[in-house]
Amino acid sequence: MTRAWRKTVLYGLRYLLLGLAAFVMVYPFLFMVSTSFKSRSLALGDPTSLWPSDPTLENYIQVLGTENFARYFLNSAGVAVVSTALIVLLSSMMAYAFARLEFRGKRTLFTLIIVGLTIPTMMLIIPQFLLARDLHLLNSLPGLVPFYVGTALAFNTFLLSGFFQQIPRELDEAMMIDGAGPWRRFWDLIMPLSKPAVGTVIIFSFLGTWDEFAWALTVLNDVDNRTLPIAIALFQGQHSTSWGLVFAASLIAIVPVLIVYILFQRNFVAGLTTGALKH
Amino acid sequence: MSTPQSLAAPPRTAGSGSRRSRHHVAAAGRRRDTFAAYTFILPGFAIYALVMLYPAIQTLLLSFRDWNIAPDQPSPWVGLDNYIRAFGDPVFVDSLVNSAAYTAFTVPLQMIVGLSLAVLLDAKLPGRVAFRVLFYLPVVTSWVVVSLLFQYIFSSGDGLANHVVVDMLGLAPENVSWFQERWSGLFAIAVLGVWKGIGWSMLIFLAALTAVPEALKEAAQLDGANALQRFRHVSMPAIRSALSVVFILLFIGGFNVFISVLLMTGGGPGNATQVPLTYMYQQAFKFLDFGYGSAISFTLTLVVLAASALQYSWSRKRMAD
Repeated sequence: MTRAWRKTVLYGLRYLLLGLAAFVMVYPFLFMVSTSFKSRSLALGDPTSLWPSDPTLENYIQVLGTENFARYFLNSAGVAVVSTALIVLLSSMMAYAFARLEFRGKRTLFTLIIVGLTIPTMMLIIPQFLLARDLHLLNSLPGLVPFYVGTALAFNTFLLSGFFQQIPRELDEAMMIDGAGPWRRFWDLIMPLSKPAVGTVIIFSFLGTWDEFAWALTVLNDVDNRTLPIAIALFQGQHSTSWGLVFAASLIAIVPVLIVYILFQRNFVAGLTTGALKH
Repeated sequence: MSTPQSLAAPPRTAGSGSRRSRHHVAAAGRRRDTFAAYTFILPGFAIYALVMLYPAIQTLLLSFRDWNIAPDQPSPWVGLDNYIRAFGDPVFVDSLVNSAAYTAFTVPLQMIVGLSLAVLLDAKLPGRVAFRVLFYLPVVTSWVVVSLLFQYIFSSGDGLANHVVVDMLGLAPENVSWFQERWSGLFAIAVLGVWKGIGWSMLIFLAALTAVPEALKEAAQLDGANALQRFRHVSMPAIRSALSVVFILLFIGGFNVFISVLLMTGGGPGNATQVPLTYMYQQAFKFLDFGYGSAISFTLTLVVLAASALQYSWSRKRMAD
């Protein structure tokens, strides 16, 4: 009896602590949502009241109607989709060569990829800026793509080659006897078997480019070329007291992220643990 | 880890086919491999080398020059001048101190809370996935959005933070102007850092804990070990490598804090809350001093990499003992 009782108490305690933590983690989001539905005058009222006394959509209407936001949304989406496609293609190709093919210089090239894992991207921003200037890629949306792709390749190649190595070689050999070359083995064998890992790469690449801020801030000048994170940050500068407006814009920007995250949260776990525990 | 089950134990096919034909196929395969390998590698590697490797070398070279942004003007080599300037520059030294303080505050908290939550979630618990998803929510939200959110939360006057600190807890007699002072500003930035990062370390720890074999824990239980003893002697050794990896990555991340500082204080008031990356960014893209900015970048990277290499070898040694 006492044993069962103790178990129930421990169970309850566990939920209590988890619930408390969940409250702390989620409260700021609720606060943001609630502020986005408050009219301007109410935004600085009682900070703890989550339910606005007079909820309004005016912030959302203003963001979508007058602030060029649809354009920024499409800018971000375009850059993120193209970059993600290229990251997936190029990193899986490299990973395949590292995992399955023998060639001169393999060790050196792979070491150079590992070096890339240790370089913080911000350290490179000055020479990258000069490079973009010399290649006439400043202030252009397509100009962002090579930089987003190049900085993401090391991690994703590393992640995928680890996954590819787990696929039994006997399957390759069976296909080789049927006369399949490297390309066919890559497309028809490795890629279909690697859906979970490729899914992880897609998600991380998409989120990384969708949210990217520092580089876009540095190279984009024209108002029409802005991506969402830039638009939101500058938006706050222009409307420093209209927090409802700022958060309405922020929420529009994070909705796609939340959808992707909740649908594919399993892949997040997979990607993170391979990334962090492979050392 | 997520390999399909059917592939876990592949059927061996060694008996089938003659040895000779297999050998021929392999040799032909190798020749084709070598050629194909470069077509697989080159497109990606070219972009990678151009965007990562070349700039990495350029950072070092730029840091030895007094860089002139106009392409037709000379950019003389100045040796170590930029580095000497950096270590005599009180703002840079303070920025290192600030990022060290940020790291000292955020890393232990993220690890302790992250590990605690992982331990709480490491059980057959209804709603386990829901909790995990909620804890991880701040991690997937963009730095820009959460920085603005916390700027609002810590706004002077009737912000949420002041409401909690002054009205609810009574820790301060009157509303605090968080961003008007060095340490209170850094505190607000660090609170954001902890809140945003907990979910990440939680998830890594949870994955490591889940990998601890159930049988081991049961065996310990049969031997009369209580929950705390089981955690110390069974789970802890199993997750030690996860602990050191998380520590190193958080440490690197702490010194590389950037967006939150840029958006919440901009390094101000004055230069009081400057961290190395915001200071580098200011030198480079506000004052166009690319040489000095590169020296700051390179110094930071060197310091952080050296510290984490030391950490790594130290934890390796301890694990070997």
